[in-house]
Amino acid sequence: MRVLVAMSGGVDSSVAAAVLLEQGHRVTGVTMKLWGGASDSGCCSVADVDDAARVAQQLGIAHHVANFSDAFDRDVVAPYVADHAAGLTPNPCVACNRHLKFDRLLRRAEQLGFDAVATGHYARIEPPSQGRSQWTLRRGADPAKDQSYVLHMLGQAELAHVLFPVGDLPKAEVRARAADLGLRTAGKPDSQDVCFISRTGGREAFLGARIPLRPGAVVDTAGRPVGTVPAVQLVTVGQRRGLGVAGGPATRNDRRYALGVDVETSVVTVGTLDDLMTSAVEVAGMQWCGATPGAAARVEVQASAHGRPVPATWDGASTLLVDEPIRRVAPGQSVVLYERDAVLGGGAAA
Amino acid sequence: MPLVDPPASDDGPRIGQVAYLDHAATTPVRPEALQAMLPWLQDRFGNPSGAHRVARDARAAVDGARDRVAALVGTEPSGVVFTSGGTESDNLAIGGVLRATPGAVVTGAAEHHAVLRAAEGFGSDVRHVPLDADGVVDLDRLEAVLDENVRVVSVMLVNNEIGTSQPIDRVAAIVRRRAPRALLHTDAVQAAPWLDLPVACAAADLISISAHKFGGPQGVGALAIRRGAELSPIVFGGGQERERRSGTHNVAGIAGMTAALAAVAEGREEEAARVAKLRERLADGLLAEIPESRETGARAGKVAGNCHIRFAGVEAEALLVLLDEGGVCASGGSACASGALEPSHVLLAMGLEPADATSSLRFSLGWTTTDADIDAALEVVPPAVAQLRRGGSR
Repeated sequence: MRVLVAMSGGVDSSVAAAVLLEQGHRVTGVTMKLWGGASDSGCCSVADVDDAARVAQQLGIAHHVANFSDAFDRDVVAPYVADHAAGLTPNPCVACNRHLKFDRLLRRAEQLGFDAVATGHYARIEPPSQGRSQWTLRRGADPAKDQSYVLHMLGQAELAHVLFPVGDLPKAEVRARAADLGLRTAGKPDSQDVCFISRTGGREAFLGARIPLRPGAVVDTAGRPVGTVPAVQLVTVGQRRGLGVAGGPATRNDRRYALGVDVETSVVTVGTLDDLMTSAVEVAGMQWCGATPGAAARVEVQASAHGRPVPATWDGASTLLVDEPIRRVAPGQSVVLYERDAVLGGGAAA
Repeated sequence: MPLVDPPASDDGPRIGQVAYLDHAATTPVRPEALQAMLPWLQDRFGNPSGAHRVARDARAAVDGARDRVAALVGTEPSGVVFTSGGTESDNLAIGGVLRATPGAVVTGAAEHHAVLRAAEGFGSDVRHVPLDADGVVDLDRLEAVLDENVRVVSVMLVNNEIGTSQPIDRVAAIVRRRAPRALLHTDAVQAAPWLDLPVACAAADLISISAHKFGGPQGVGALAIRRGAELSPIVFGGGQERERRSGTHNVAGIAGMTAALAAVAEGREEEAARVAKLRERLADGLLAEIPESRETGARAGKVAGNCHIRFAGVEAEALLVLLDEGGVCASGGSACASGALEPSHVLLAMGLEPADATSSLRFSLGWTTTDADIDAALEVVPPAVAQLRRGGSR
């Protein structure tokens, strides 16, 4: 196959390119230029593009740069800012996967005559087989590194043209292979943070430069004021720290959690852990990887990137009833449904 | 599969194996330049600043080169400062003048980044002059931004992206009248193969050239300074080049640049006519074969080696990948530090929309270009544009 591998300049996509070569594919590397502003944390700095280009040299493959910064601003950064302004908790990595890696880049690859796009994600894709008529997205082999949660938007059309060459490998083996091959990225630390937000200024500086952050009142479930927060748009449902709640000794029972954020009135409602627990999760914008489960389907639900999946029942419309109460999911966060290790689909908590 | 380190350096593509249509980026080294350099990379050597016969030999070579470069550019030998290339020459021109005589700097909006960024870096009062729709500096707007606070005006002789030559004489006349204290700098980096430099640059006080744009080696250039132009150094050290540019001379590079400049001047008119014919064939062929394609700038105002075409609805970045696979080397305007293609500031300065500014390619021809290169481009480019417009599947 002719494969276009998205090389971020990190170790995972470096090894992905090497694995594809070993498998005999014709491989071309591409690094997406996504963020034009200042950042020190994530991908697409000049140094990362350099790393990707140098790895491509080591592997003897062509390497190109694709400037998708306009689309990234429009489809990832602007919605991220708008969601925060609306009091939601967006997941920009999911938006980037949806709009950039597995849409813009996939279309570019198709335009250029490539058969598939590969990335260094830790997840597995299974082709249709006798038992199954459809492509299946599964968790990566390394449970600590599994990234299937942020890939839940992949439908059949995408899964048929996407490869995750390191999804079968444990991270330690990926690093070992990189070292064996002498790849310069073998020891590079993993990127953790949102790529367009700098470590020094953080979310507050980034959002503060784009929307007016307003102080908010913190009230208890009876509506009594118990404190203030400096920026209501930065509060996430489920958050415990930084709520300005005065209180006695921080015993477990005294802890207060954000239950809801109303940016219109600049009010954050807090309550106990019991108040935070819920048995129902409302999901908006559900997208399925393959077949649509019917009403009363038994699933497992994961509501954060490395959260524990919990058993639940899907009502076939927009509601998940979890078997045991879980903490309320911040509106905007991805809610992903699994059947064992297979991703069924996902949406955003309403 | 055993993977080795970067492919052995002699594996790369050679002239003749690819259709190299990117002479405005860099040119293959001319044999005259190579011959002139070889002695200084073999048994002759020396630091021209030394006090012995080996040094004197190198010094004589550099000063001989200085005389020849001065004659070929049309300035005095004492005004030739050897540099590391066009970017340093542009920085020395603008930074050198502003450091010696602080004040305002005026540049064309479509200058090379070496001029634009030098103006930002060294200047505090920076003024830009837009282009007209044909890519020529708008002389009325130039007149409007000039005043007696302006110390240096920089207008390139030939634009590196669209190949349009600028009317330096008319620019100079306006500068003398409206900004009598200003020096006129011209970035002539793209001009040597196509224009008679002593004539074309006659009205400029400061002239930048770069060897690798005319068949010389990379990493060497010159700033030619006319008598009376006052400059302070921007690189400090041993005081070489009459204290205007410190650093040990690149003797081989200077020898190679001089030989290349002499060689292009020698056969310039015939060579420009030969390349112009190839360019007409390329430009006319692409325009005829590819619907909704347009040439940028009036062809009559462009140098012979430039063919700049916009392909409506096509992303230049993707087109370059297909051309690269097809063995055709072209360029998509300006790339940022990461190598990502940005909307060309030249095209934006001409009033194009950003979408148009990212759908164009520059094919630049030069001394090695043959009919076979044009054949290859005419074979590869039209189907590539068609493929991208279809959205894929060959």
